[in-house]
Amino acid sequence: MERLMMRGGAWLVTALVLLLAAAASADWAFSVHMAIACLAALIAAFASVKGFDFIGQRYPALSAQAASTYDDDLIRLGVIATVFWGLAGFLAGLYIALQLAFPALNLNLEYTTFGRLRPLHTSAVIFAFGGNALIATSFYVVQRTCRARLAFPGLARFVFWGYQLFIVLAATGYLLGISQGKEYAEPEWYVDLWLTIVWVAYLAVFVGTIIKRKEPHIYVANWFYLAFILTVAMLHVVNNISLPASMVGSQSYTVFAGVQGALVQWWYGHNAVGFFLTAGFLAMMYYFVPKQAERPVYSYRLSIIHFWSLIFLYIWAGPHHLHYTALPDWAQTLGMVFSVMLWMPSWGGMINGLMTLNGAWDKIRTDPIIRMFVMSLAFYGMSTFEGPMLSIKAVNSLSHYTDWTIGHVHSGALGWNGMVTFGCLYFLAPRLWGRQRLYSLRMVNWHFWLASAGIVFYASAMWVSGIMQGLMWREYGADGYLVYSFVETVDAMFPMYLIRAFGGLLYLAGALVMTVNIWKTIAGSPLREELPMTETPHNPEADRPAVAVPAE
Amino acid sequence: MAFRIIEHGKLERNVALLGLFALVTVAIGGLVQITPLFWIDSTIEKVEGMRPYTPLEQAGRNIYVREGCYVCHSQMVRPFRDEVERYGPYSLAAESMYDHPFQWGSKRTGPDLARVGGRYSDEWHREHLKDPRAVVPESIMPPYAFLADRDLDVGDMSKQLAALSNVGVPYSKEAITEANADLVAQADPNADSAGLKKRYAKVQVRDFDGNPTRLTEMDALVAYLQMLGTLVDHKKAAAQQVPNAEVAK
Repeated sequence: MERLMMRGGAWLVTALVLLLAAAASADWAFSVHMAIACLAALIAAFASVKGFDFIGQRYPALSAQAASTYDDDLIRLGVIATVFWGLAGFLAGLYIALQLAFPALNLNLEYTTFGRLRPLHTSAVIFAFGGNALIATSFYVVQRTCRARLAFPGLARFVFWGYQLFIVLAATGYLLGISQGKEYAEPEWYVDLWLTIVWVAYLAVFVGTIIKRKEPHIYVANWFYLAFILTVAMLHVVNNISLPASMVGSQSYTVFAGVQGALVQWWYGHNAVGFFLTAGFLAMMYYFVPKQAERPVYSYRLSIIHFWSLIFLYIWAGPHHLHYTALPDWAQTLGMVFSVMLWMPSWGGMINGLMTLNGAWDKIRTDPIIRMFVMSLAFYGMSTFEGPMLSIKAVNSLSHYTDWTIGHVHSGALGWNGMVTFGCLYFLAPRLWGRQRLYSLRMVNWHFWLASAGIVFYASAMWVSGIMQGLMWREYGADGYLVYSFVETVDAMFPMYLIRAFGGLLYLAGALVMTVNIWKTIAGSPLREELPMTETPHNPEADRPAVAVPAE
Repeated sequence: MAFRIIEHGKLERNVALLGLFALVTVAIGGLVQITPLFWIDSTIEKVEGMRPYTPLEQAGRNIYVREGCYVCHSQMVRPFRDEVERYGPYSLAAESMYDHPFQWGSKRTGPDLARVGGRYSDEWHREHLKDPRAVVPESIMPPYAFLADRDLDVGDMSKQLAALSNVGVPYSKEAITEANADLVAQADPNADSAGLKKRYAKVQVRDFDGNPTRLTEMDALVAYLQMLGTLVDHKKAAAQQVPNAEVAK
């Protein structure tokens, strides 16, 4: 009880300090942020005094039972948070896609300009949707594969809620105009510090659980989760080293300038893709695909080779974001060579995932969740082929600065990250809430087709607009002059931007179908009445050769 | 295998060892690629004319960063014929050596801005920022009319310059102490700007937002846009760009 009051008191003091910071700041956006953080600290103080393990105190029998089951409360919350942030991120994406077609949607307000909403979209999908999926699945997987309950349950709760606070601070910051101007690392210094604390706690919970394990081996999914957590920590800390202009203001200046700043940023930026969106999601794949397929991972040896080569090679690929810039040529070439090499370990992961279905390929026909996983691996394979191709300097000279990059990113994000996450959510929901199965498998199928069609519209529109704009920029007429002014190339994008927004709409519609399905599953609604997802019924009567009947 | 550095089974049984090996593996690439940029002299070849931003330009740059202009505009002209003709001489590493953070960008939804300085009038910038489609009908840029209505509030500009100085921008002590006065003087043609002009070569002093009674965010942003790419004498850099035809001779 005393420890409890101590903890509550510590949160209260934190809240007070934050309140003072809010009052002392001259910059009102910073005050708003400190007020939000102060509120969060007050809630934490209240929760730590009020909501400690009262079930275990009052009903010791339940507590004993709890020790024999996994700690899944947080994972249930994580599933809900992933769905929620996914919807928010997709909606933001659709909105800014429409802004590019219809600029009036900027609404003539500072808070809703494309420049402020675009980081909101990217952070919502990568860090809020993707991050929650990673935290929830990693806590689920590490317990099952270690046969142990989560280490430091209090700290695990801090990780989850602390991460949500990070998301809220980042998102509100973008709208208020707080940004350090580095792509995918826009939050300012104090939000970065907060994320660092949360992340170290995350590492402690994850590694602590592995140390508690009852299995001699650390399962391959956990290698990927571990590499993801460690590397993201390294990238985040280094890329965000900055000096605040005032301790009670949001403005800070990064220590890296110009060329060095560019390479540090893209070392970070590309490996946010490599470790957040690849290593972490491969970890999800390595647990949930074999589980859903009920088959062991195809090749243990391949998983070792592709794990070490993937994490070694990815780090080098950053300079391909800076081809033909003022970055020294040797660094560009090094980045290109390693990016091309990266193709192989990436496909190692795809092959290991797809071949896990050996002997279970029929499930693609009968199991819509497996269908989702297979499609995600197929998109992983496609975008990890497209990536090395775009990193070749000659190709990049055309594709860079155009929508081709945007299309590439989205075939990875929507196809690979989105689809594999949806598969995991569909896997988790009935198990976490003790339901027989999902509310509807047909709706999973609908989601699958809506999302797939959405990606096709999106990616093909971006290929066309990217290549078209790249070619228009460099088009020379017979008179030796550039043919197109810049704004003519913008004007030409309009139909492609409409098709892109339509693709996004389909993808969002799929996510809405998923939300209903998971909602109904959680609520325990009776299973939806629908035709089973099985194959066409077999009629032995009809299954025979036609025998000519002699005429009478 | 005949030769093994380590039995992989050991790594799979020891999380500390696994974590250590993973961390070393991921650290190598960055160490080899990034650290040399800090000590190889040719990374940033010296050019004449580069100087730190004036307080007003820096304040404008902070608005540029705040509004996320970099998500649609690059500041990096690549060494291609079409880009050099469209935007001006290709960008040099030294031109962004005082940029904290760099704003090279990754997407050109709008045109490159590395050399936009002096290309349009202040009035064009003002009208374009307030309502882009009034000036360029096909534009899809968001309107930024609120910049003209808001006073420039940077707090203590000396603190901002001191922070920049601490991360390596060579501001003199005088530049830091005079920062607040310099900030105001640059947008006021009637103020005493002798000190400002001495400290910052090629500084443009005038009322940028067309409203002499106020110092607005529009003043700062236009001052920044109007100096972009104007510091270095490109004719000197251009001497290095020998056309192929002349090389053949």
